Formats: sequence, C-alpha cells, structure tokens
Amino acid sequence: MRLVVEPNVISRRVVLFAGAKDLVGAQEVTLEFKCHDATNKLTAQKILSLLGELYPSLLDLLPSCRLAVDCEYVSGETLVDLGADEIAVIPPVSGG
Amino acid sequence: MFDRRIKVEIVDVPIVRERYDDELSHQDVGAHAWFAGVTRRTTQGKITSLLHYEAHREMALKQMEEIADEALERFSLAAVVLVHRLGAVPIGEASVLVGCSSSHRPEVFTALPWIMDRLKRDVPIWKKEYDDQGAGDWIHPQNLA
Repeated sequence: MRLVVEPNVISRRVVLFAGAKDLVGAQEVTLEFKCHDATNKLTAQKILSLLGELYPSLLDLLPSCRLAVDCEYVSGETLVDLGADEIAVIPPVSGG
Repeated sequence: MFDRRIKVEIVDVPIVRERYDDELSHQDVGAHAWFAGVTRRTTQGKITSLLHYEAHREMALKQMEEIADEALERFSLAAVVLVHRLGAVPIGEASVLVGCSSSHRPEVFTALPWIMDRLKRDVPIWKKEYDDQGAGDWIHPQNLA
C-alpha cells in the first residue's frame, strides 16, 4: 500500500470557437488537470490560465473570453466541476 | 391577456421575413415591429465581400430563448421572433431578424434595441469578415464592459 498522496490527474476536453479555435488549430483540446483533493473542481479562471500556458497563441484573446459550462456562462471565480458534460471557451461574440 | 409566444430559430438558409408574419399576429395586438441586420459592403472604409457566421449552436439557441422570454415579460409583448442565420451571408442579405408585437407601439419600439443589444452581448455567434482580397478576420469586440 502506497502512502504517498499523488495529485489526482484528470483529462478533460475543452471546446473552442471562432478565433480561439483558429489560433489553436483545433475545435477541441484535452487538458490534464492536477487536483489535490477529491472534489475535481477548479475555478473558471484557473482553467483559462492553464489553457494559456499550454497554448500561448491564445494569450492575447483569453482575457476577453468567457467560459461556459453545459451551455451557461460562469464567472471567473466559479468552481467548475471537471465532470461537466461540456466546458467551452467563448471568445467575445459578434452575432447580429 | 395574450397567449404569449416566442419563435427562436438558427437557420442555414436565407431568412424570409414573410414566413414569420403569422407568429406576431393576434386580435388584440396593435403594433408589429421588425428589425433585420444585413451584411454591409463597407466598414470603416474597408470593403467587405462576405460575412461568415458560426455558433455554439445549442448554447446560442438557449441564450436566444432566454432573451426572447425575458423580452416578453419586460415589455409586455404578445410575441417575439428571433432568427439568426449561420454560414455565408452575402451583402444585402439578413443575418438576423427580430420581430415583436404588442398592444401599442411604445413597447415594440423599446423592445427591438433591447433584444439586439442582448443578442450582441451574450449569444455565442461569431462573424468572420472577408475583405475583397479574400482574407478573413474573426470579429471579437473587446469593448463590451
């Protein structure tokens, strides 16, 4: 039996749109999150900053992006359940 | 009272406004109002050849329904129509159509800009603007505080 507590590593798909999708060159990316407790939750802001570390091409756009979890916007401080059906990066919208 | 209703659609074909006329009709309604946003040829002196729209479709529909529902309540409307087109939208054609009806005109005159402002702030739809050289740029407005 191992007594060393390893962080929980969770793979998680994140969906990208419009400019974010083009900057990364993919509609979806898979991020690996290290969670140090069993809640499997991270703030939206943390998820966005991890994306920026992995994909520096997004760094200019990310500060103006919002995160949507299961089709609802969440604020930066919101704790996001990494088991949600969908986590999406929503760049500033330009419909109409 | 009205049997209040909304009609929300995302389409991949040209928007034909007449198709939605019946949605606004009601015997106790005295005002119908429509707004259509269409592709313009020039933006700040630059020539646009085409706009191409994409969406997070499921979330966009959900957001549009929420906006239509809230507009019904807020402005005592009888009906709201909210339609957005995706894909290529050539010059002069509509990318968005908003319609509403009410007993009197002040409500519909106030509701139309409110609905459009909310759509432009929250609905996950994006346009890519192509210039006359065929180069495309995503439009991501940064000043929406």
